[in-house]
Amino acid sequence: MPAAFPFSAIVGQEEMKLALLIAAVDASVGGILAMGDRGTGKSTAVRALAALLPKIKIVEGCRYRCDPDTTDAACAGDCGAHSGPGRKKACLAPIAVVDLPLGATEDRLVGALDIERALTEGVKSFEPGLLARAHRGFLYIDEVNLLEDHLVDLLLDVAASGENVVEREGLSVRHPARFVLIGTGNPEEGDLRPQLLDRFGLCVDVRTPEDLATRVEVVRRRDDFERDPAAFTQRWKRKDDAIRRQVQKARQRLAEVSVGDTILERIVALCAAVGTDGLRGELTLVRASRAVASLDGDATVADKHVRRVAAAALRHRLRRNPLDDAGSAARIERGVAEIFTA
Amino acid sequence: MTEARPAPLATEAALIAALLAIDLAGLGGVVLRGPPGEVRDAWQAMLRGMLPETMPVRRLPLHVDKERLLGGLDLAASLHAGRRIVQDGVLAEANDGILVVAMAQRLEAQTAAHLATALDTRRVPNPEAPIDVERAADFAVVALDEAVGGDDPPSAALLDRLAFHLDLTGLKPEDARGARSRAEIIAARACLAPVTADRAAADALCHAALSLGIVSLRPPILALRAARAAAALAGRDAVAPEDLIVAARLVLAWRATQLPLPAIPDSAAADAGPELDHEPAPDTAIQDAAEKREPPQPDQREPYPQEPGQQQPGQQEIVLDAARAAIPAGLLARLRAEPSRAVRGSAAHGEAGGLRRAQRHGRPIGARPGDPRRGARLHLFATLTAAIPWQPLRRHDRTPLTNGNRINFRRADFRVAHFKDRAETVTIFAVDASGSAALHRLAEAKGAVELLLADCYIRRDQVALLAFRGRSAEIVLPPTRSLARARRCLSALPGGGATPLAAALDAAQRLVEESQRRNRSAVLVLLTDGRANIARDGTPDRRQAETEALEAARALRAQRLRAILIDTSPRPQAQAERLADAMGALYLPLPNADAAALSTAVRRNAGSADARGSAERGSRLRNLGG
Repeated sequence: MPAAFPFSAIVGQEEMKLALLIAAVDASVGGILAMGDRGTGKSTAVRALAALLPKIKIVEGCRYRCDPDTTDAACAGDCGAHSGPGRKKACLAPIAVVDLPLGATEDRLVGALDIERALTEGVKSFEPGLLARAHRGFLYIDEVNLLEDHLVDLLLDVAASGENVVEREGLSVRHPARFVLIGTGNPEEGDLRPQLLDRFGLCVDVRTPEDLATRVEVVRRRDDFERDPAAFTQRWKRKDDAIRRQVQKARQRLAEVSVGDTILERIVALCAAVGTDGLRGELTLVRASRAVASLDGDATVADKHVRRVAAAALRHRLRRNPLDDAGSAARIERGVAEIFTA
Repeated sequence: MTEARPAPLATEAALIAALLAIDLAGLGGVVLRGPPGEVRDAWQAMLRGMLPETMPVRRLPLHVDKERLLGGLDLAASLHAGRRIVQDGVLAEANDGILVVAMAQRLEAQTAAHLATALDTRRVPNPEAPIDVERAADFAVVALDEAVGGDDPPSAALLDRLAFHLDLTGLKPEDARGARSRAEIIAARACLAPVTADRAAADALCHAALSLGIVSLRPPILALRAARAAAALAGRDAVAPEDLIVAARLVLAWRATQLPLPAIPDSAAADAGPELDHEPAPDTAIQDAAEKREPPQPDQREPYPQEPGQQQPGQQEIVLDAARAAIPAGLLARLRAEPSRAVRGSAAHGEAGGLRRAQRHGRPIGARPGDPRRGARLHLFATLTAAIPWQPLRRHDRTPLTNGNRINFRRADFRVAHFKDRAETVTIFAVDASGSAALHRLAEAKGAVELLLADCYIRRDQVALLAFRGRSAEIVLPPTRSLARARRCLSALPGGGATPLAAALDAAQRLVEESQRRNRSAVLVLLTDGRANIARDGTPDRRQAETEALEAARALRAQRLRAILIDTSPRPQAQAERLADAMGALYLPLPNADAAALSTAVRRNAGSADARGSAERGSRLRNLGG
């Protein structure tokens, strides 16, 4: 496997990087939608983060990448790794980044009857799909806005419930599938249905940097990396380690970070002021702010944390005319400025 | 046009081949634009002549299936052997070699996406393969682009990852000389790795890319690699200005989406100057803190501030000039004439999954014989039913299947599920923006289109916008799902001029044909007052114009498409009605058509019975009209 580009060496993309870190700290924030231009390093950032995060423990041989330390027996258990007496053997595995290619079939995504075994051995067995492989990792969809709608529905449903339930072709299988859904796309090439937009936790705007210095820096670092990946990775190792530790600490601290009543009221007021539908906006904003506070090492959520994620948590939830493409970011900014004056 | 080229085409072609041979995988590959023929073959032969003889060259046919592309289970062989037999795909076979993509402009979006992922990760992107079986796919792509006229260019995602573009028009087969010898290339390859590029080099290429309106960051990265290859070819150990010029000319120029401003020598340097002082990404606390501890950073940056004064501005300009000079003349003209088309390439690819055959989903309507590997789903039950009657016979067959298979299958037994799916619809709006229409109610027509757009949004239709006035019809917006863009284009639509109705209908017909080729059904909504007064050849002859318009309308009728003609004149016109009749369209005079009727009509024609919210929209159009 070629080495992944170091996360800390990614120039710019602050909003995207923050959103990824938030998702790494608290997966319950929901998926990330990154809308923006081509060639801005969206997939580089995702792969970099996955490479940076600590390896996870999985039950050896489990096709669903189950965690040996949890007792929830949601795993379909047909992989044979869980049966047998004694302690399950565990091994370490890197966090998975699974690419969902455009035009993937439903079979491939949820899993299907193992045709090979059915025909050669006459056994009815389940062949896990991409959802199983993405368990406890990232599911990355390039050009999510071009993905067929029924697949997006299915994905969001599984992402929200954390479980893949297969009832087809005489199979009845359920297995855990908790992953961070990361969708990217270019708004110029098509819209995402508003009801799907809302199901993504955070929505970040990814733009190509336009100032020359930043662009030069990107090109140079990429060039250095390609010439000598090992040396380049080594050079950025300390920064990557620092981020890894930061994420690990933030995960441990997360439960202790408190959200005061005042800040909660302000968040609710903000959502009311900009006019978000439903309560998902508030919930996501609270969770994301808490994750940011935890990343910063703060014990309570403060205004500054909310400010950093307000746009990402809300910009895709504003009620708007589907034909009106501008204005949501500005509205949030105005709302934040009014309510979070402190 | 060809004589305006700064470097002889033949030299250029040989240079591209040499650079590609030096850094195959790093440069991604080349697009060969032009019809199939001797020239193209000669160029490919030249490239092969520079590469080791053992290097694999695989040709990717247009309709490669997923199994052959990525590799996978060989179903028939597995059944025969009674065990899993896996075969490599074309991508894995092309490892350390060249992948020739035939008819790249017609490549399915899915295949293009797989190629793009393989180029990024240098691995076969096969999520179905067992995790530990990763196949390397380190290859360069030679994409053969045979697009003519109105065809779309190859997938933007793929183009973004290929360094070079070579237009073969004007090239002769014997031009494929000047090739470097194999030994030269091997020598250059050996000294590629140590070639250094200073900051000014990256700077000059980024500056050039930015000035040419190249948004993506991949091209400057590729350009830098090309510059390095050029240096290695010349035997230098550092990238020199002439290498940068080559890189800008070959990698950047063909991607230009805007014309660089004429050189203003000092301002570029002045612009760049102050920005260099601050840290490019000073945002997060993590990065800041880490930045201070990191020793190599300051080292990298240190020589930088000294340079702008002496070498850099000049170099930037030279590189940009080189790129500017290499922009093909046709592009210049096109950019000047129609800025709205500059982003066309990306828009044209807003197509979900390309050919949307009803193979995978939708309402199941039974099974038919077929190959389950081509993205279709095996219908197990039907397959069994097909195989069982033959069992007694097959048991006596002289090639008994092994491993105690209870049922012997043959390839012919395979049945795949057959689904019925709603085909995607493209709604084409052809808007008469001529003086006579503008006078009357262009604004109203725009309003009506906008309401219909909202309907399209609900149905997830694609929309295309075609405007005609003056002497010609123009595709303002090729089929896209981005309604925001459709609306922007619509509101920016100017009015005035004559009514070239025949030209408009011709253009509409071309769009319809194109959509049908892509397996989409088309609905044409024509908004006009029907007063054609410009003939196809541009002469203002009312009678001829009318005849031609009727002719074009009849041709459209032959397409059997669903069409609606909305008469925008103040009172219903016999002319418009005749036209609607000729093209087999539903005729709706706008004065009587309130929006409810309008959108119901379109909807009925688009084959959807969804009638939600039409009343509300109706009242909105009335307000708008009155």
